[in-house]
Amino acid sequence: MTKLAKWGLPLPATIAVVVLLIIPVALTIATTFGEAKGAFSTYAAFFNSGFRRAVLFRTLEVALITTALSLVIGFVTAYVIAQMPGRLKSIMIIAAVFPLLTGVVVRSFAWLIILGKNGIVNDTLMSIGLITEPLSMLYTEGSVIVAMVYLFVPLMILTLTGVLEGIPRDLTEASASLGAKPIPTFLQVILPLATPGLIVGAVLVFTGSFTSYATPQLLGGEKQMMMGTFLYQRAMVTFDWVGASTVAAIMVVITIAIVSIMSRIARRLNPMAV
Amino acid sequence: MPTRVHPLLGAFAALVFLFLLAPLVIIVGASLSDTTYLTFPPQGLSLRWFANIFQIEAFRRTAITSLQVAFLGTALSLLIGVPAAYALNRYRVELPRWLSTLFVLPILVPEIVFGFSLLKSITIGSGLPVFPSLILGHALLVLPYSVRVVGASLASFDFSIEEAAMSLGCPPLRTFLTVVLPNIQAGVIAAFILAFITSINDVSVSVFLTGPGISTLPIQILAHMEQFFDPTIASVSVLLMLVTVGVMAIIEATLGLTFLTK
Repeated sequence: MTKLAKWGLPLPATIAVVVLLIIPVALTIATTFGEAKGAFSTYAAFFNSGFRRAVLFRTLEVALITTALSLVIGFVTAYVIAQMPGRLKSIMIIAAVFPLLTGVVVRSFAWLIILGKNGIVNDTLMSIGLITEPLSMLYTEGSVIVAMVYLFVPLMILTLTGVLEGIPRDLTEASASLGAKPIPTFLQVILPLATPGLIVGAVLVFTGSFTSYATPQLLGGEKQMMMGTFLYQRAMVTFDWVGASTVAAIMVVITIAIVSIMSRIARRLNPMAV
Repeated sequence: MPTRVHPLLGAFAALVFLFLLAPLVIIVGASLSDTTYLTFPPQGLSLRWFANIFQIEAFRRTAITSLQVAFLGTALSLLIGVPAAYALNRYRVELPRWLSTLFVLPILVPEIVFGFSLLKSITIGSGLPVFPSLILGHALLVLPYSVRVVGASLASFDFSIEEAAMSLGCPPLRTFLTVVLPNIQAGVIAAFILAFITSINDVSVSVFLTGPGISTLPIQILAHMEQFFDPTIASVSVLLMLVTVGVMAIIEATLGLTFLTK
């Protein structure tokens, strides 16, 4: 009876993951090796194309910049939140959760209103006479990065608030009572203890922005093609399924590599680990 | 930690919250504009773009599809996820570790890759119609919530209560429904809500699984935006934000919003 329950209860979910996720994704990756021209010919074609290399590097660049900016903004904000008294803290957490739970389409759309030709930024700059012609801010790498940072900062704030709240007060108090000033306390006590959390946040944001679709679609368009939008375009516009599968395989490999390397580093750096 | 915050840090955080909330306020403002184009601050106040949403049949139809997919997908994910979470906690030491990793895979695999692969293998490869494909895709997308959030609830459940009920002759299913489930109720509700909102907002998986006459609301919004840039989209966005408010109220009432920082 116990044996039946032990293996039977997780069985439906296991079958679902295997049949709907593992097998389909494995088949997608497998098709990239089935070309008549040789097993790696689609990858050679990908990396020999200047356009496709540019898509990959642009995606990596956007993801890295987004991660770095989100880390700094999220960490400072979470640090402030963690030190706020109860009521103010709850309000700040609510203010971070609200955008997080609002959909990616809505949140990206906001930046179309802000950065568009007749958007607020252009209107303001023109009315104070700084520019005479509206600037083209949409469909640039910058507009994608701004919207991505906007997308991921709440996630970073919530992750890091949890981490900073978990640092025992005794430790910082001990550091202060032994004469350490706030900055050394921050650098030598808080930062090392928060590092595993920073890594978790960085991985979430990097993989999220590296594989995003809606934001680059709306704010980057055809001009700033990224891996997600490129995959979609290959699959659904040009119906080049092998090409799309190659993009998919590269995305999977990079994502899994980042996650496994970073989680290994996080485990090694964790000063709380026994 | 010291309870004093340097004024510069406080000012920085205030700017961050302005950055986070101003765009949403701008959407609300733009939705009320009496113009045929999107603008902020609104010129003239009007609710006509909200009325316009209901004139557009595609929005109504896709909103219903989105709700159906989110309800059915989330229900399905709980139906298979809760037993899995139960087993992972109840038989923690006996079950292999890879099993719990398996249920996190839908987070690890890029959504857009998952959507594309599902289209290739299940919808086209196995000839499954679009609607059930969408439900299965969303069920899998949100499965990690069902397993992990319910799992977190189960982790603090004292299984000796369950043993007491069973040793007194209560059958297993009844024990689960009357003893275990009431104890993990908050976790199940929170999992449902988080899964539901993830499903409602999803783009990357749904974008591949829309067929003739079937689409979800976010995909319809994207399609509408490519053709029209009028305040209708802002109005739809405001309605979606109201859904978010409702969701937050439910999370606060069940687990408390601070749960999200854990």
